[in-house]
Amino acid sequence: MPSYVITEKCDGCKAQDKTACQYICPHDLMTLDREKMKAYNQEPEQCWECYNCVKICPQQAIEVRGYADYIPLGGSVYPMRGSDSIMWTIKFRNGVIKRFKFPIRLTPEGSIDPYAGLPEPDYSKIKQPGFFNYEAKKA
Amino acid sequence: MEKETCTFSYCQKPPVVEVETDFLIIGGGMAACGAAFEAVKWANPKKLRVTMVDKAATDRSGAVAMGLSAINTYMGGNKVEDYVRYVRNDLMGIIREDLVYDLGRHVDDSVHQFEKWGLPIWKKGDDGFSLDGFQARDAGKPLLADCKSDEERENLVVRSGKWQIMINGESYKVIVAEAAKKALELNRQVTGVPQNHFERVFIVKLLMDKNKDNTVAGAIGFSVRENKVYVFKAKAILLVPGGCVNVFRPRSVGEGMGRTWFPVWNSGSGYAMGALVGAELVQMENRFVPARFKDGYGPVGAWFLFFKAKATDALRDDYCANQEYIAEAKKKYGKYVDAMGTAIRNHFMMEAMIRGRGPIMMWTNEAMANISKLMIEKLGEKEGMKKVKHLEAEAWEDFLDMTIGQAGMWAANNIEPDKVPSEIIPSEPYFLGSHAGCAGFWVSGPGDIPGAPSHWHWGYNRMSTVNGLFMAGDTCGASGHKFSSGSHAEGRIAGKWAIAYILDHMDFQPTPRENIDELVAEIYLPFEVYEKYKTYTTSPHHISVNPYFIKPDQFQKRLMKIADEYFGGVNTWFKTSATMIQEGLRRLQLLKEDANRLAASNLHELLRCWENYHRVITAEAHARSILFREESRYPGYYYRADKDFIDDENWKCFTIAKYNAEKDEWTFRKEPYVQIFP
Repeated sequence: MPSYVITEKCDGCKAQDKTACQYICPHDLMTLDREKMKAYNQEPEQCWECYNCVKICPQQAIEVRGYADYIPLGGSVYPMRGSDSIMWTIKFRNGVIKRFKFPIRLTPEGSIDPYAGLPEPDYSKIKQPGFFNYEAKKA
Repeated sequence: MEKETCTFSYCQKPPVVEVETDFLIIGGGMAACGAAFEAVKWANPKKLRVTMVDKAATDRSGAVAMGLSAINTYMGGNKVEDYVRYVRNDLMGIIREDLVYDLGRHVDDSVHQFEKWGLPIWKKGDDGFSLDGFQARDAGKPLLADCKSDEERENLVVRSGKWQIMINGESYKVIVAEAAKKALELNRQVTGVPQNHFERVFIVKLLMDKNKDNTVAGAIGFSVRENKVYVFKAKAILLVPGGCVNVFRPRSVGEGMGRTWFPVWNSGSGYAMGALVGAELVQMENRFVPARFKDGYGPVGAWFLFFKAKATDALRDDYCANQEYIAEAKKKYGKYVDAMGTAIRNHFMMEAMIRGRGPIMMWTNEAMANISKLMIEKLGEKEGMKKVKHLEAEAWEDFLDMTIGQAGMWAANNIEPDKVPSEIIPSEPYFLGSHAGCAGFWVSGPGDIPGAPSHWHWGYNRMSTVNGLFMAGDTCGASGHKFSSGSHAEGRIAGKWAIAYILDHMDFQPTPRENIDELVAEIYLPFEVYEKYKTYTTSPHHISVNPYFIKPDQFQKRLMKIADEYFGGVNTWFKTSATMIQEGLRRLQLLKEDANRLAASNLHELLRCWENYHRVITAEAHARSILFREESRYPGYYYRADKDFIDDENWKCFTIAKYNAEKDEWTFRKEPYVQIFP
């Protein structure tokens, strides 16, 4: 289900330090046409429809159109990703609309202190089972 | 055809950036992030440098990039030995039980860390119904890490199967990446290196040491954003760039070619790079063919296990209980039929399909009706329907967290799962070592598991047969069913042992024996070829009909056609044979030669050229391993139609493959399987 960019909404992220969709696409598909200052999906047949470009776009300029191979026209799935939850709007071809909201994280973004409260490593155990903070389960 | 070389006569020579480090992590997925988290803690007091190189952005790279709705490996109150038995059963009796046990005894700590970092995990409410991550927090349910016993944890989590727990996992990878990036930042502070996290740098080859035999010394790759080549020198390397997708022609071949089950950017880079330096591979004949909702590839696990939905053929026959299919299968596959692993269930599904009894349907509507009835009986009309609404949201979340396109598929087809059933189908073959497959490298075990042969441990846990080169997740073979949490935990195991290896080899000065200038020319050859010939025809770059070169998408389609038609893809119902493989290999050899004529008009295409070169090597390892193993070990995933039986007497063993890149020769050997856990 390849992503597409709505011409009127995309501003090429010119106010940002990088083009958001280009930064995030796991397969390097989103690219910026520097003449038009608009982004586009340069290889839709390698798109995994992971929606990361849709979720990150600050202009909400990116949406997804179902793969031409097998998806009838008229439906859509659109997310609004906030700091702790995500809201989905699913529109059926027949007009039925469903909305769902799910948690995405319990801590503020950027707040992780990975080693907080964990012990220092004991080098005498480096070649034994277990992690620096955890003894492996025993039979 | 004349061999092309790059002399930078047509394209510009890129600057080369050299980076020295101690521990290099190639990849950015779950295993890579686990390795960074664990290794930095051991590296910092010793001032060792840890560096991660990811071809994408680590927040959303790897197989968990979209998110996940469940963590599939969590021991909780279960016994680790039972986990080994379950993995062995599903992988048709041949696994490295020492590796699987080792993973099982470690994995829970990774899950506990994820939750502390912020991953919402479902909990059981006091009324026995599930609470999402927010509801559980608001109800005062403790974090798993804070529980006093595994029994308490087991009673708290929401299981969708014996080993799975449910999560709200849209941001799973973002959270795990944040912890890894923070760890790397702490390593920078201690070591003073300006940069140790490289995004959008695609490593394409490993470098071997000039002075020490069979020892890795570094890696080379290129930036996907600017004209730069990167050379990393390292004392130890963890090779974790994921599995391999799009070797076999997928069921959708137009725009939908990328709507694969496993992420399409998994290009076999790990298998290829390790093979090219002579690391031994194991079980490369193994593949996984997931049965999923047709076209959208939405997960069926929660529907089967959590909502108790049934699947039958279109004429309502339960194909997994069909006595005719079972009797026929038992003649060929014996006791493995009773075990009813994932491969065998695929086999029965196809038995129904080839008899014209398709499509196979998952009766989601009946499952929802049963649940509604139960809830209303239990809780009354009003409260019962409220719970049903909640369950419906949970069913949709299963898709929206990890396979959003399936939600789109249902919406566009007006499929409401509580009203109509949905079609499921065995998709196409994938290579991986983390999910329900076991392709990968032959590695050293932990060494402390009683009953494991002593030669399965050569000093450092998860080290391949190349000194200093470690594997985890999709690249560590003969040990599947790790999934996301297990890949993270295995990355941690490998990361810790890599630091142990470095501490034992502090005097080692990694010195690549390869000529870097030659490698830079090789890496940029697709640019040289393109620029040299592009004006010969009138084709614009995105069409490119040209007798002198092949573009990466064209090359990929040729590979997928060979694999599909000769190595047992969907085209032949996963059937192949010695003669078919030999013809496929003849064609593959010509494709390998034509890799010399791959052409790129921009950096994205250069990435795709190298990805597809990696795919070809992976495909060859796969085909030759099937050819070597003269039986059909994984019916439902592939069949040697000329050896359509399981032969435990001769083939209850590991298949070990080794590639000699200089001579372009593959050698194979059998390694006896050893049962450690009765």
